[in-house]
Amino acid sequence: MTVLAQQLVLGLLIGGLYGLAAAGLSLVFGVMRVLNVAHGELIMLGGYGAFWLAALFGVDPFASLALVIPGALVLGAVLYAGLFGFVVRAHEEARVKNSLLIGFGLALALHALAVRLWTADERSIPTSYSGAVLSVGNLAIPLVRLATLILALVLIGALQLLLSRWRWGKAIRATAEDWQAALLTGIDVRRAYLLAFALGTALAGAAGTLVTIAYSVSPSIGLEWTLKALIVVVLAGLGSMMGTFVGGLVLGVAEAASAATFGGPYREIIGLVIFVVVLAVRPRGLFGR
Amino acid sequence: MTSPTWCLARVLEISGLDAGYGDVHALSGVTLSVADGEIVALLGPNGAGKSTLLNCVAGLVRPWAGAIRWQGEDLQALDAHLVVERGVALVPEGRRLFGGMSVQDNLELGAFAPRAWGARRAALERVYALFPVLAERRRTAVQALSGGQQQMVAVGRALMASPRLLMLDEPSLGLAPRLVAAILEALVAINAAGVAVFLVEQNVPAALGLAHRGYLLEGGRIVGEGESRTLMADAHVRRAYLGPLAVRSEGGDPR
Repeated sequence: MTVLAQQLVLGLLIGGLYGLAAAGLSLVFGVMRVLNVAHGELIMLGGYGAFWLAALFGVDPFASLALVIPGALVLGAVLYAGLFGFVVRAHEEARVKNSLLIGFGLALALHALAVRLWTADERSIPTSYSGAVLSVGNLAIPLVRLATLILALVLIGALQLLLSRWRWGKAIRATAEDWQAALLTGIDVRRAYLLAFALGTALAGAAGTLVTIAYSVSPSIGLEWTLKALIVVVLAGLGSMMGTFVGGLVLGVAEAASAATFGGPYREIIGLVIFVVVLAVRPRGLFGR
Repeated sequence: MTSPTWCLARVLEISGLDAGYGDVHALSGVTLSVADGEIVALLGPNGAGKSTLLNCVAGLVRPWAGAIRWQGEDLQALDAHLVVERGVALVPEGRRLFGGMSVQDNLELGAFAPRAWGARRAALERVYALFPVLAERRRTAVQALSGGQQQMVAVGRALMASPRLLMLDEPSLGLAPRLVAAILEALVAINAAGVAVFLVEQNVPAALGLAHRGYLLEGGRIVGEGESRTLMADAHVRRAYLGPLAVRSEGGDPR
């Protein structure tokens, strides 16, 4: 019983990062109708950003968020201007196809770049507090992972606030609902796209940093994180960032439960089962509009 | 309701406009104008190209040929969001509101154009004065409103841009007669404040009762134009738009 409870707690903790990883993908897809299959590679880059800052300059990995997030914001703006900005000029049916081509190409390029810069080895960031554990009854809660869960929640809350209060945040939501109506109110829709893509990339960078702090990073984690994020986006639906966070928690717990019940290999399968079942039963997701 | 249009500046001038979608020709050689302070109705059956025409002016549809000038400037060179910035706002067919957002958020987004943003508080008060029911429901999500109230939000959102020309695509569609009257009365008030109105409307008697002038658009071509009173008396208009009762009842009560 304790073993199961312990596994569920660990599932919940990684679920927070699934939610954060999915929030960026959800924002970009919801606003631009573009599926960025390189989202996982952006997460990977964020992880190496934190790794480099720690290895080269001794920056504390949590403090490195303050540099990784703005850096990713700029990277996102550059990627939009150089690559994804061309996709949104196409008609909506052509958008997804073109974005897949660009996304896969970008994913391959970033993977190769990461192998070149950091080798294919798995990296983590050891700190003095890495092994700290909070004991609750028989349960052991790794403090670093708990901190990443809380930070994921804070970042998603901040995004929610930005989208509901900021003038351009409202413009981004309006563009997601109806881009033509947004144009008619005087919103420069391309600028809303750029902001959404930059914010999505910033979220990926933050997620990558937290993943590297709590777990590890290697050049090949991209596809896995794109897949997790995609499952959460389908599970939660578009339009609610908090819903996406909860969707991440659900996936994390479901993975842990199936691994504990049926054995380790089933951890990866449950996500795909959720993916298919949600698409069949409730295509707009748990919290989608 | 007629006005001496010959002494007013033509603010919107459309000439030789051709437009369509794919292989479908929607507009052929359309020429028309709207003067400062005027109400102009655009009448025609479904599929005549009325919405296409408004969407061309708003910048949502790129014409194939022809010119659209607004105060002398070529609107086709501008992206749609800059057309709003120049003072031309469209209330689109089917309202196209941001359903998940509150009434107030929808209205404030209407003032997104930099020219209008600074004055959005005053504009909001004007819209609430025009449609008091919206002030009561300012925090309500738009999708929870009745159709008539949603249409008020749609008109209000366009007004938030402080336009000099307000275009409306079938604002009365699907509304109860009482609400149609409320929307049309609002248009008179808006026009009295100096805003030119370009109205696409299926309800021909109401549209011509309101407008100074009208154009007839059929099969993508302008087939008639004139002052509202003249159009109301026109045999073709009466047969095609006002129904057989109106034709039989010339000079008398239809009942």
